[in-house]
Amino acid sequence: MAALTREETEKLIQEVLEVYPEKAKKDRAKHLMVNDKELESSKKCITSNRKSLPGVMTMRGCAYAGSKGVVWGPIKDIISISHGPIGCGQYARAGRRNYYVGTTGVDSFCEINFTSDFQEKDIVFGGDKKLAKLIGELEILFPLSKGISIQSECPVGLIGDDIEAVAKKAAKEINKPVVPVRCEGFRGVSQSLGHHIANDSVRDWIISNRDGVAFEKTPYDVAILGDYNIGGDAWASRILLEEMGLRVVAQWSGDGTLAEMENTPNVKLNLLHCYRSMNYISRHMEEKYGIPWMEYNFFGPTKIKESLRKIASFFDDSIKEGAERVIAKYTPMMDAVIAKFRPRLEGKKVMLYVGGLRPRHVVGAYEDLGMEVVGTGYEFAHNDDYDRTIKEMGDATLIYDDVTGFEFEEFVKACKPDLIGSGIKEKYVFHKMGVPFRQLHSWDYSGPYHGADGFAIFAKDMDLTLNNPCWKLMPTPWKKPAEEAEKKAA
Amino acid sequence: MAKLRQAAIYGKGGIGKSTTTQNLVAALAESGKKVMIVGCDPKADSTRLILHAKAQNSVMELAAEAGSVEDLELEDVLSIGYGGIKCVESGGPEPGVGCAGRGVITAINFLEEEGAYTDDLDFVFYDVLGDVVCGGFAMPIRENKAQEIYIVCSGEMMAMYAANNIGKGIVKYANSGGVRLAGLICNSRNTDREDELIMELARRMGTTMIHFIPRDNVVQHAEIRRMTVIEYDPTAKQADEYRALANKIVNNTNFVIPTPVTMDELEELLMAFGIMEVEDESIIGKTAAELADDAAAAAAAA
Repeated sequence: MAALTREETEKLIQEVLEVYPEKAKKDRAKHLMVNDKELESSKKCITSNRKSLPGVMTMRGCAYAGSKGVVWGPIKDIISISHGPIGCGQYARAGRRNYYVGTTGVDSFCEINFTSDFQEKDIVFGGDKKLAKLIGELEILFPLSKGISIQSECPVGLIGDDIEAVAKKAAKEINKPVVPVRCEGFRGVSQSLGHHIANDSVRDWIISNRDGVAFEKTPYDVAILGDYNIGGDAWASRILLEEMGLRVVAQWSGDGTLAEMENTPNVKLNLLHCYRSMNYISRHMEEKYGIPWMEYNFFGPTKIKESLRKIASFFDDSIKEGAERVIAKYTPMMDAVIAKFRPRLEGKKVMLYVGGLRPRHVVGAYEDLGMEVVGTGYEFAHNDDYDRTIKEMGDATLIYDDVTGFEFEEFVKACKPDLIGSGIKEKYVFHKMGVPFRQLHSWDYSGPYHGADGFAIFAKDMDLTLNNPCWKLMPTPWKKPAEEAEKKAA
Repeated sequence: MAKLRQAAIYGKGGIGKSTTTQNLVAALAESGKKVMIVGCDPKADSTRLILHAKAQNSVMELAAEAGSVEDLELEDVLSIGYGGIKCVESGGPEPGVGCAGRGVITAINFLEEEGAYTDDLDFVFYDVLGDVVCGGFAMPIRENKAQEIYIVCSGEMMAMYAANNIGKGIVKYANSGGVRLAGLICNSRNTDREDELIMELARRMGTTMIHFIPRDNVVQHAEIRRMTVIEYDPTAKQADEYRALANKIVNNTNFVIPTPVTMDELEELLMAFGIMEVEDESIIGKTAAELADDAAAAAAAA
């Protein structure tokens, strides 16, 4: 049962669009839809991956954010240089909570901001000489790094620095991969193009580095793709996979290493969690090395069980038995979590607005807890994401692409959710509206949320947030009259 | 004291902007005017005839050495040459790297902040790289900078084409600021009816040919010695030409928003003066072989 009926939801969209000027209204109308589970394709109902309108508040990032922040940044033994002025690197530093095991500054580098710190003279005379010098200095200061990636900020593309030439020369000098990435922020409409560019640079400079080199394979080798180990997500996922008898050769890219990435072409199956940010390299490995890939979902018991069985179907009976064994082992634990928290969360409504996979992947986990997702949307999805979302969401629920600040607030006022899951930019707006809120990018300094272990934390966090006594001190505006009525009745 | 006048010199690359500007400025200085030249070209060759130098240390070059432009003092970059002319070069990268346009912006901002535009100056001349390739090279004609623009050109087709294009650029800035076209300077290449042609182009663009500078080898003789004609041989006839130009500029009041001509008009003008052949549309898109066939067929028919 959705928050609103189909007619009400359609009416709501029309009302919200009403405030826009004609041209903006026409454009935004294409990005908002009422879900219809019967639909095969989202193409006719929603437009995505288009330029945001000037003047609205969009929550999107840029290509540099997609490459440095998402794909390249979490690889722990590679130094990613933010090539350009200092701000991009500094404000993107260590913000995504990509956990890793290692000694920062010795063999791991994710939390450090490495930048060429462009000055006026670097713009005028070019930054290539400085970049070459910087790579040389990094080699002296951090000899245990396994490679370098050069993440281009906007000015690099404007002045045409030849970072490819610097990379080739430096790679020979330090005898390590040096990868130029053309992820200038002004390219594309969102961080999505940055993911693609980053995938392409991995394809061109990393993936075939160990072709022909001997590798001790097993029939059970898999790689985890598109898990950035936020709050330890990939670790919680890895436990399940290993216990069912698989060998996880690589983690892309949370707590990942260069060697793992280079060895990935040896695996039997690529397991893809975030489809949006790593489908490109998955497809490439399928084409070049014949490695099949499958999407899975480790949020909540229903999806975990479904995914484990689907993964096992690619392997022999020992793995299929392993999957059942793992399910049998963790089901009582997850059932206990549900038994404890479901009564406290049952019937609560959630609205989501996140990034690559969570707007659809966490729906199952909420449903396991008896909650309902009444609206969802993506910052930078493409239509293949919405094709997948239609099936996960209930009928007549609200779906919004690149939602504007205004729209999101209005939708929340109308749908009256009990909980909102989105990012830091949205958090305090809704706190001020008195609506419980969880950050679903960073897990609000908590996590992991993936896997059986993660589900327990997820359920606890949702309960802590939703049933926090503080909300009674600050009544949600639309609840005020009801509560006053209750008081009067009492 | 008269108000400071700022002028920018544009024109096709290689047309003689720097030579003309320096000779003109030398003539102004000779007549007692206080002048500054700001070279806005990464080649930094806008002041060599005034300073007798190969190339002046440029703002950007010195800033790169010192660390940043904030580390420089005005006297580091400002040199005084013939006739008390103040000389500054913005400088910039070698071809193919970095952003020369940003260099021009940085250098001019530096000059403003450091107070290079002193009250005693009568004129500032900006000698700008051939084409306005990006925003940086339009810096000299933005708000509060050069208000009058002189375009150096000759009777050659490409020079006139470039002059007309620069006119289009001026229109854009003229509408948002106070910049005006102040005239065309014809630096003769000895083409046929050159003066008439440029006068006609100037008329159509809504301006005048402010002066026709004949070709004279003494310019080259002076240049080899890194001198202006004014300094090298003040008695030369050519020196008087530059003096005449200087005088006309001092007294110039004809500042207009240009009316650049269309490509068709320009071609028609060139054809009228015999610079360009009347276009034979029947040959467009035909290969040599096809044209040979056509010719053979025509011959057979005849």
